[in-house]
Order: sequence, then structure tokens, then C-alpha cells
Amino acid sequence: MLANLIGRFFQGILVLFVLFTVTFFLIKALPGGPFKSAEKAIPKHIREKIEAYYGLDQPVQVQYFRQLKNLLHGDPGLSLRLEGREVTEIISQAFPVSLRLGLAAMAIAICVGIPLGVIAAWKKNTLLDYSAMALAMIGICIPAFVIGPLLADQFGRRMNLLPAMGWDPTDPTSWVLPAVTLGLATAAYLSRLTRAGMLEILSQDYIRTAKAKGVGSFRMLVRHCLRGGLIPAVAFIGPAFAGIISGSVVIESVFAMPGLGMHFIKAIEVGDSPVILGIVMLYGTLIIIANFLTDLLGLWLNPRLRKS
Amino acid sequence: MAVMLRSVMPRCLLMISLACCWLGSCQKETQVERANREGILLVGNSAEPKALDHQLVTGVVESKIITSLFEGLVAADSAQDDATPPGAAISWEHNDAMTEWIFHLQPEGKWSDGAPVTAQDFVFAYNRLLHPDFAGPYAEMLYFLENAEAFNKGKIADFSQVGVKAVDDFTLQLKLREPVPYLPSLTRHYTWFPVPRHVVLQYGKMTDRFTKWSVLPNLVGNGPFKLIKWRFHDFIEVQRNHNYWNSSKVALNGIRFYPIENPYTETRAFLSGQLHTTYQLPSDLIRTMKKNEPDLLRQEPYVGTTFIRINTTRPALSDPRVRQALSLTLDRDQICEHIMEGFFPAHSLTPKMGSYQPEPKLAFDPEKARALLAEAGFSNGQGFPVFSMLIARPSARASAEAIQAMWNKHLNIRVNLQNMDWGSYVSAQQSLNFDMASAGWIGDYLDPTTFLNMWTKGNGNNNTGWSDPQYEKLLRDAAMKSDPAERFALFREAEATLMDAQPILPISYQCRNYLLRPEVKGWHPLLLDNHPWEAIRLEP
Repeated sequence: MLANLIGRFFQGILVLFVLFTVTFFLIKALPGGPFKSAEKAIPKHIREKIEAYYGLDQPVQVQYFRQLKNLLHGDPGLSLRLEGREVTEIISQAFPVSLRLGLAAMAIAICVGIPLGVIAAWKKNTLLDYSAMALAMIGICIPAFVIGPLLADQFGRRMNLLPAMGWDPTDPTSWVLPAVTLGLATAAYLSRLTRAGMLEILSQDYIRTAKAKGVGSFRMLVRHCLRGGLIPAVAFIGPAFAGIISGSVVIESVFAMPGLGMHFIKAIEVGDSPVILGIVMLYGTLIIIANFLTDLLGLWLNPRLRKS
Repeated sequence: MAVMLRSVMPRCLLMISLACCWLGSCQKETQVERANREGILLVGNSAEPKALDHQLVTGVVESKIITSLFEGLVAADSAQDDATPPGAAISWEHNDAMTEWIFHLQPEGKWSDGAPVTAQDFVFAYNRLLHPDFAGPYAEMLYFLENAEAFNKGKIADFSQVGVKAVDDFTLQLKLREPVPYLPSLTRHYTWFPVPRHVVLQYGKMTDRFTKWSVLPNLVGNGPFKLIKWRFHDFIEVQRNHNYWNSSKVALNGIRFYPIENPYTETRAFLSGQLHTTYQLPSDLIRTMKKNEPDLLRQEPYVGTTFIRINTTRPALSDPRVRQALSLTLDRDQICEHIMEGFFPAHSLTPKMGSYQPEPKLAFDPEKARALLAEAGFSNGQGFPVFSMLIARPSARASAEAIQAMWNKHLNIRVNLQNMDWGSYVSAQQSLNFDMASAGWIGDYLDPTTFLNMWTKGNGNNNTGWSDPQYEKLLRDAAMKSDPAERFALFREAEATLMDAQPILPISYQCRNYLLRPEVKGWHPLLLDNHPWEAIRLEP
């Protein structure tokens, strides 16, 4: 077990290194550059000075090793887009927003998706099942950039109940619409996975045995089915959580939220390599950790995995 | 099943009713109502500023915030474009040739930390922006000063040779390389603003590109407001600066700038009472707003032009007759009426500003266009190459499609539209690796040079491969004249030359479409859209 954990740790380091290298060279392959994309062109003699200031005039391999060294020291350097601001400062402002949004969205997804999936499986081929799965399909099919503006328009503009944009850490009402928008699609996936997992468990022999022994419905559901039935959903939750944190660009745009996604997109637009690399490495680390935790949770839920 | 539904439904309905009651009870005053009470203006500002050190930026978004924090020698008037009320300078005079100017600074002028604003702060600022080691991206805006360009390009090392001098603490002397009758209005551009020498030097050397002087809590300005909050992609808040020389006239207690990139989100925020004004309004919402909320919609002329940039080094496009034929088949009236809502059909490149009105050179004449194209060897479009037109902004797509259809209909030629990300779009033009590009230009100040100087050889914004010594001579001759009538006559001649050659095909003069709440007073149409924040008040 310990050897497995250590192995996973070194695998993670290797993945991060490859991720860094590939991202760095992809950025360098982008046309333009942070100081070549200004709306009003910066005169050449000035642009060359600015590029020299940031070391962008040096050979690519020198830039690569400098950037790698900076990251190993935990400091990706200065942003080229928000000139003079440290990447760590940008991430430390934006990450809590993305994290809080991700947690709220995931809570909604779990609270809605799992019960919906369980009910659908328990009442298989009934109106409840069809309704729950139809809802899930709608949630999967309608993208966030459609649901978000609809919710904002209805609850923000027409009813004036919740803010149509913005993010106030001290005002939870400002979290509701973005978290619901982001959480709904994940809830839809979760409900379908939960239903599939539960259906498989419900067809197992030990469930039939439990029924024959006269175990009550609720007890059977909670004690015998849920743990095994949730395995596919749990396997999905880890990467989905990392994805929710990193992939909320649309939500951030629709609700004008100061999260990491907006920094990421803007940095890519102008080739702001320190910010791109800082965020990519953060996302990479999160996904590796999330996958690792998911595996641990899967081991706890599934005794067969522990034995193997 | 039915039994279960009967038992569950009432409970669900009860819970939904309770939730609705709770949400209903949450209905509170809107953000705008609260801001009205507190005297805070809520402004949509499109994007996150690159920086608030005004010597490091080149954009419009930054200028909105910077003009609340800093003030130039001359202030902006809230209602008239050409008025020049006193700013950091209380008065000024010039010699007959308009090449030497003396500005007398406000004796009461103070930085927000209470230190006096002196002529040395201006000299320091201009030295910093022009210094080659600092590499200010917009240093060329100071090239009007004698020897400024040579100093910036490292040809002279002694800054004392540059035409700026502090005669005493409150007297600033500027010597210009040519007559600049519009200097007072030019100094309203943020590149001419001072920087607090004592604060900049506290956090580093003059030529250090980035120090902590321009971030919270260190930023010190001489404008009507001071910086109090800055959260990336969230908002920037400024508060009334009681050390501002004209503080008693400032009506607002503060301004909050929201960098909302998505114009639809911004519009929703405005309509749900979260903003006093938006930065823009998506063109497809203009008609709806005109119909439903005409009192909130503002459509005002703006000193900008949209055009198609042509790469004149490409075969066929190198022939002026071909470019003229392309221009003559653009039905600008139709484009402005049906697509570019609120924009005005362009008659030339420079929009009307003050008494300068260029000669109308653009017309819609398909017959003449076909004849010109045939003369160039492409009768009925036969043998004409298939070119691509680059588009970087989604808003330009519809007009580009209309233009594509017009050329196809009237000249029987094909043009492909190519969407590009901004970096690739700029890069393709700078390296002349394109055929045509949908583009635009916003003037920095109210003088035709802001539109005409860029089409000179080697200018970084030209990107057409076109240049004409005669055109450049006319610009140089105009620059040496101090009489506005003579200057403008030469500019008109130069612009006519440009429009005959047509390295660019102007389409429309820009219009600012945005939303503004009626309680915002002191906000009048201005060509540069630089509304002086100190004149704005809230009267709910």
C-alpha cells in the first residue's frame, strides 16, 4: 500500500514536469506575444527594451530553465499582462473565489444529483425514473451559457431577488446563481452515474438475499445498496471537482466573477506565460490530488479493490 | 405510485411556497439605490486595467480610472470638447509661434498624501516616460517636446536638452518641436500627467519599470479621487480626495469601476440595478433598448473610425484602381442603417472634430467600380484572386459578411472571412502576412494628426505597406503651421491624397452606444468620451 502511494507521488511529479514542458513550448508557439498584441502598436525600440526587461529576448531554452527554476521556488514571477503584479498575488486573489464557487457547485451537484439517481434507480421504469432522467438529460444538454443568463435574467433583472453579476464573499446570495448554474450540469451527470451504479447493485444476489431475509426498504437502500452503488459517482466526483474549479470560465464571464478562469483566458490571449504556467500547474496539481483522493475513497467503498 | 405522489406533492408545494416567501422577503434595495444613498457611482469598465501607473499603459479602459486619480495641466470640461478649464495649472501662455508654453501651476495643488504638486513633478514624469531604460509604451505622445524623440531613442543622453523645464516650483516651461495650437487639450491625455516624484523614488529608481508605488496602499495621485480598493477582475474603488485643489466642487463620494468583459452580463447587471452606466451595449440589443427603455439609451458620436485595412503589397491589391473599386462598392449607408446601429457612414478617414472637416471622398458607385476593376485587368471579376479578410472581434463579423456580399454582387469577386484570436490578428498585420483586415482606430486627442500620422512610413500602426512621400510632406508642412486654418487646409489635402490611394477603406464613424441611469447628472456627450468625474453628481 505504502509503495503504491509513493509510486503515485512520483508519477504525479513526472506528470507535472511533462505538463510544464508541453505548456511552455505551446505558449512559445503562439503567434504574437504579450507586447506585440497591443491595440496601438508599441514602437519597436521600446518593445525590445520591455522584452529585454522580462528576459524574453533570451533563447527559448534559457527562458525555459529560468521559468522552471522560478516555479520550483514556488514563485512563477511577474505577470506580463497585468504588468508588475506577481502571479502568486493574482492566484491568491482568484483561487479562493474559484474554490468557493466549486465547493458550492459541488455541494449542489451532490445534493441534487445523487438523490435523483437513487430515486430513479429505486423506482426504475416509473414516472419518477423517467422524470428524473429527463431532467438529467436536460441538465447535460443545455450549456451553462444558456442556463446562466436565463437564471440571471429571471432572478436578477425580473424578480430582483439575487444579484445578476458579481461575487461578494460576504454575501452568500451572490453565490447562488453561479453555483446553481455550474452545479446543475454536474448534478445531471452524477444522477445518471448514480442510477447506473445503483441498478447494478440492485441486481446483485446479496440484495436478493437481504430482501428474502425481510430487510426493510430504507435500511436496505442505505446499508446495502448505497455504498456499492455510489462507486461510479465517486470516481467521477474527484476529477469533476477539479474540472469545476478550473473550468468555470463560462460562469465567470456570465456572472462577471473574479475567478481563475478569466485570468487564464486573458493570459492565453496575450501569451502571458508566467500566469498561464502558474495556473496550469495549479490545475494539474489539483487534478492529481483529486484523482488520488478518489482512488482512496474508491478503496474504502469497494472491498474487492482492497483485496486486489 | 399515485399514493406516494399524493403524499409527497403537498409537502413539496409547501416547501416551494416557503422558499418563495423567503426569497420574497430577501428583496432589498438594489446596489444602485444603495450607491445613490452613499454617493458612489457604479461604472461598467469593460476590462481589467493593465496597470494604474499611467506611464505604463496605452488603453482606454485604464484612462477611465487614471483620470479619476490624476489630473493633467488642463482639465476636461463636462459639456464642451474644446473648452480648456484649469487643471493642475491655473493659467498658461504661449509665444506667437506656439512653440513655447508657460504653465502656472495651482498654488493649492496637492498630491493625495498632502505633498505639493510642483513643476519638478512634471519634469520628473516626462523624464521617466521618455527615458530609454524605462521603456514607456506610449512615450511617443511626448514627442511634441523638443528633442524628446532623440532622447527616447537614445540619440542624446542629456535630459536637460529636452524641451521641459521647471522655472520654479510652480512654473513649468515647455518648448515644442513644432507649433501645437491644441497643446492644452493634448495635456489632458494621461501621458502628460505628473507622477509623485517623492513616492516613486521611495519605492525604487526613476527608471524602474515596476515598483510598488502604483499599487495599494501606496498609490498617490493629484486627481479628484484616491484609490482605496483593487480586486483583479472584480472592481476598483476610488474615494473622494480631500487634498484635491477643487475638492469642494466634487459631488461624488466615490466611484466603483467594474471590469465586466461580457457586454450582455454588463447589460443585465445594469437592468437589474447593479450599475449606473455601462461601458457598451451589444449592437443586437440597441433596437430593443430603443423601444423599451429609450430614456436609458445613449448614442453619442465618438472620435473613432472603422475601416478595412488593405495589404498593398499583395498582387492586385497593390493597384490603387482595385482598392478604389473595392471602396466604391461599399454601401456605407446600408451597413450603418442595418448592421452598425448608431454609427455614421464615413465620408473620409477622420471624423469631424472641431472645425476640421475632411473633404468627402467616399461614395457608392458600382458602375464606376466595375469600370476601374476592368481597367485594372479584372473585367467582371475574372481572374481576380480570392482574398481573406481577418476578423478579430465578433462584433465585426456581420458587417464583414455584408461587405463580402456587396463585393460579390457588384464586382463578382470572392473574399473569405477568417476569424482570428487577437494575438494572431495583430501579428499577421504587423508582418504584412494578410490580405485585408477589419479594423478600427480611436483618436487620442482632438486633432487630425491622431488619425493621419499613423499612415507614414515605418509607423507601427500603418501595417498596409503603403507610404507616399507627398503625403508625408503635406503632414510635415502642416505641422510647421501655427495658424489653424492653414494647418487644416494642408491636413485636408493630405487626407484627400490618402483617400485617393485607399490603403484603407473607411466604413463608418463610431458611435458610443451605452446605457446611463437618469439620476446621473453632469454627464454630457463628449467626442473623446472623457467625462470629468469631478463634474458628475447623483440626483435620485
